[in-house]
Amino acid sequence: MATATAPKFDSIKVGDQLKSLVLPPVSRHQLALYCGGSGDHNPIHVDLDFAKKFGFKDVFAHGMLSMAFLGRLVTSWVPQKQVRGLGTRFTSITWVGDVITVSGKVTGKREANGEKLVDLEVKCTNQNGQDTLQGSATVALA
Amino acid sequence: MQLDKKLIGHTFKPFTTTVEAGKIRLFCKAIGEEDSIYTDEAAAKAAGYRGITAPPTFLRALQADDPNKGGLLRLLNVDIGLILHGEQHFEYFAPVVVGDEVTCQEKVVDIYDKKGGALWFVVQEMEMKDKAGKLLAKGKGVTVVRNPDAAKK
Repeated sequence: MATATAPKFDSIKVGDQLKSLVLPPVSRHQLALYCGGSGDHNPIHVDLDFAKKFGFKDVFAHGMLSMAFLGRLVTSWVPQKQVRGLGTRFTSITWVGDVITVSGKVTGKREANGEKLVDLEVKCTNQNGQDTLQGSATVALA
Repeated sequence: MQLDKKLIGHTFKPFTTTVEAGKIRLFCKAIGEEDSIYTDEAAAKAAGYRGITAPPTFLRALQADDPNKGGLLRLLNVDIGLILHGEQHFEYFAPVVVGDEVTCQEKVVDIYDKKGGALWFVVQEMEMKDKAGKLLAKGKGVTVVRNPDAAKK
């Protein structure tokens, strides 16, 4: 897959939508890979017995797995070296089998520190239309 | 369960870790990221990076290289099964690439509760610097602790 080619600052308007990513259903295998890949070994994400002991019906996705999807959305729009900030609130749990759509839109344009910056609202939404992550990002454009 | 607000201001011991290609490769496999700048040095350099690049949220995986990992839970005396991730924010000042030696330091900047103590929130800030001491990134995370005593009521 090729690296993103950045849009131009002047061509961007507030309200512009990024092309959404619709992801495959979250699987137990993906959570196992993310456990190893992220170094977050909290058993609650991979060990059903442990999750039940702490009152959950099943294992559930690492918040940071979904935040990585926000990162994918932003770096599919601009090259990573132009990303200045990424943040999110984790607003509901992502369960095994959930189908997550990652979407974003332009919320502001400004200049700061000698750079032209674009602010984005980015979020993850599950198959029921519920937001699981509500985040924001800032990118620098030429 | 009650968390000790005196722990606000606690600073964890900094640690230094080296960014590894294999870890980034596995991380990308887990998140479904296929851009070659994360796996192929030539592609990364052709795209204007110093080397294979750490994806934006991989910084949290670097934090997990802490040899004293789990320090927050030990400090708070909280079981890992009770925590949830409430928020995470990063500010990026320079790309982090394979081979970089980065030094991370975290501190507790706030502790508060909601819902009459049923949920506790611990806010931590993180700074990541390169070998020369230049700031690469800042992070801020909120850990939510579910109060097991509240669940019993």
